[in-house]
Amino acid sequence: MRATAIAGEALAAMGANRLRTFLTMLGMIIGVGAVILMLAIGQGAQAMVEDSIASMGANLFIVLSGSSTSGGQRMGFGSAPTLTLNDAQAMAELPEIQAVAPVTSNAAPLVYAGNNWSTQVNGTTPAYLEVRDWAVSGGAPFSAADVRSGARVLLLGQTVVNNLFGDEDPVGKTVRVKNSPFLVVGVLAAKGQSLDGRDQDDTVLVPVSTASRQLFGNQFPGMVRFIMVRAKSAEVMARAAVKLNDLLRQRHRIRDGQDDDFSVRDLTALAETAAGATRVMSMMLGAIASVSLVVGGIGIMNIMLVSVTERTREIGIRMAIGARRRDILLQFLLEAVLISLVGSLIGAAIGVAGAWAVARFAEMPVVVTLWSALLAFGVAAGVGIFFGYYPALKAADLRPIEALRFQ
Amino acid sequence: MTTLLIHAEQLGKTYRSGPGQELAALRGISFTVARSEFVAVMGPSGSGKSTLMNILGCLDVPSSGRYSLEGRDIGRMTGDQLAHLRNRYIGFVFQGFNLLPRMDLRDNVALPLLYAGIGRRERRRRAMAMLERVGLAGHAAHLPSQISGGQQQRVAIARALVTEPSLILADEPTGNLDTHTSGEIMGLLTGLNADQGITVVLVTHEPDIAHYARRLLRIVDGLIGFDGSVSEYFGEGATA
Ligand SMILES: Nc1ncnc2c1ncn2[C@@H]1O[C@H](COP(=O)(O)OP(=O)(O)O)[C@@H](O)[C@H]1O
Ligand SMILES: [Mg+2]
Repeated sequence: MRATAIAGEALAAMGANRLRTFLTMLGMIIGVGAVILMLAIGQGAQAMVEDSIASMGANLFIVLSGSSTSGGQRMGFGSAPTLTLNDAQAMAELPEIQAVAPVTSNAAPLVYAGNNWSTQVNGTTPAYLEVRDWAVSGGAPFSAADVRSGARVLLLGQTVVNNLFGDEDPVGKTVRVKNSPFLVVGVLAAKGQSLDGRDQDDTVLVPVSTASRQLFGNQFPGMVRFIMVRAKSAEVMARAAVKLNDLLRQRHRIRDGQDDDFSVRDLTALAETAAGATRVMSMMLGAIASVSLVVGGIGIMNIMLVSVTERTREIGIRMAIGARRRDILLQFLLEAVLISLVGSLIGAAIGVAGAWAVARFAEMPVVVTLWSALLAFGVAAGVGIFFGYYPALKAADLRPIEALRFQ
Repeated sequence: MTTLLIHAEQLGKTYRSGPGQELAALRGISFTVARSEFVAVMGPSGSGKSTLMNILGCLDVPSSGRYSLEGRDIGRMTGDQLAHLRNRYIGFVFQGFNLLPRMDLRDNVALPLLYAGIGRRERRRRAMAMLERVGLAGHAAHLPSQISGGQQQRVAIARALVTEPSLILADEPTGNLDTHTSGEIMGLLTGLNADQGITVVLVTHEPDIAHYARRLLRIVDGLIGFDGSVSEYFGEGATA
């Protein structure tokens, strides 16, 4: 009863000096808005990176031709392929390895019913889908038999489907690749962007034998550009890396002290590094924005201190007619808390609207989570209490007669 | 219930007027006031009248001596208990009115009831009744700045009365008012004293105003210089 009445007094005081109340709120509005917006942007980036990592496939190695460094100089990968289909088969025998997919790829034009689309054509094996955790959304993958026979069959990525077929169902249709007819046996499920921003759906998969014998010529028979390897679990990644290395050195007859003619890269670790970096960025954004919350809080304290001094006489009058210490404390504390709560409500609305605008007009991914809103809100209330307490205490601790005498 | 309302024993008040400098505003004041008395307090400027009133009103504490109100020793009370006393038992009327400038008259009058924990509806009802009594019900929605000084003082009296206190303390309530308005205010206070038996202690410089009281307390240099009937003080005893 008494507390609600005192809340009414606090509200009336806020209403009596609207401009000042608003200016004080502005600090909280900007602070909470900034925190929510920054967290939204940071978490958006994080979500995007995590999506990309998930779409890449788990526990992944890529084995490339050429050494990573040679006498301090980087070699051009793929220019002189050293990896073979047999290497890939041997890798698959290792107990740590779940699946291995050799890949030989090149750009090629595709034509269907007068539509043209140039894209990366990857020659590989059905294991590729397992390695990349990739499903087919229509039709079926090509088979090991197709690879053995060098069949002219292909799987289309979603982007290629959109560009060649529009709304038409491509499964069972014939597409011309470099003027040879290929049967579309399936469509790959959409995967979205890769970590480096490429469209993973702009791709075509064909049997590796078909690619090297019929599409890209027979320059290096049995050779592949790179091999993708999936380990059985995250725990065996380190051991698998060593074993892959040993196996290939042995198969390629590389003596001790000689450089590798291949390189094994842990894609998952690279991705984790990228994810870690975005997490740090996300936290930094939040931390920087939180500074403005604190600044907003100090603004509240500043104004409340001025307000207490200005209203000393009023406080004296209230005490003279029976206000207790805690009544005065509550009134001024409520004023500070209400200012910060209302300010953070407005700030939250602006932050969410800002996040929406960023998503809409800057086309950046943003994620507004309930907890980030609650966090900003809770912190704002805390800031209000923390920075409002000292001025309120100053008001409450005034001696009635001194407050009354104040001019 | 005792008939003794105020019991002051050897009240002293010392102010720190500068570094190492002390000023004794009250130097041992003893007196009692019974219920329903009407006391005028007079004395030269700076003699300690306001200091005494502030102590009687529990706005300040004495440096020495004892003060009991309604048989309760003020010296033993906590801040909250003093606030309770100010709220329920004492109505203070100041020379400068001391209304809250941003609140309308009704809310000004109702404010003590807020601190008494009375609900809003009841607060407003009682505030309106009080404004009615001081003849200002028609101005309930006005701000203090929109009415005259005499009207403001009447509002201040309404505010002092709204919790139905047993003691009204008025420190030069007519000091800022003209003679006619002063008469109105004094009429109001005498009426309360006569009709409701509310005890009134009032500081004034003017003999005319003092004549509304029966008893007169004269303070000189922080001591009681005279304590007796008003007519005696003004040498009118023989004619009465
Ligand atoms: N807060 C204070 N600090 C220091 N001296 C004060 C204070 N209040 C009053 N005094 C001094 O105490 C004396 C009595 O003051 P006061 O009670 O206001 O007198 P009166 O009301 O009779 O004019 C004066 O000399 C005054 O200057
Ligand atoms: Mg005085």
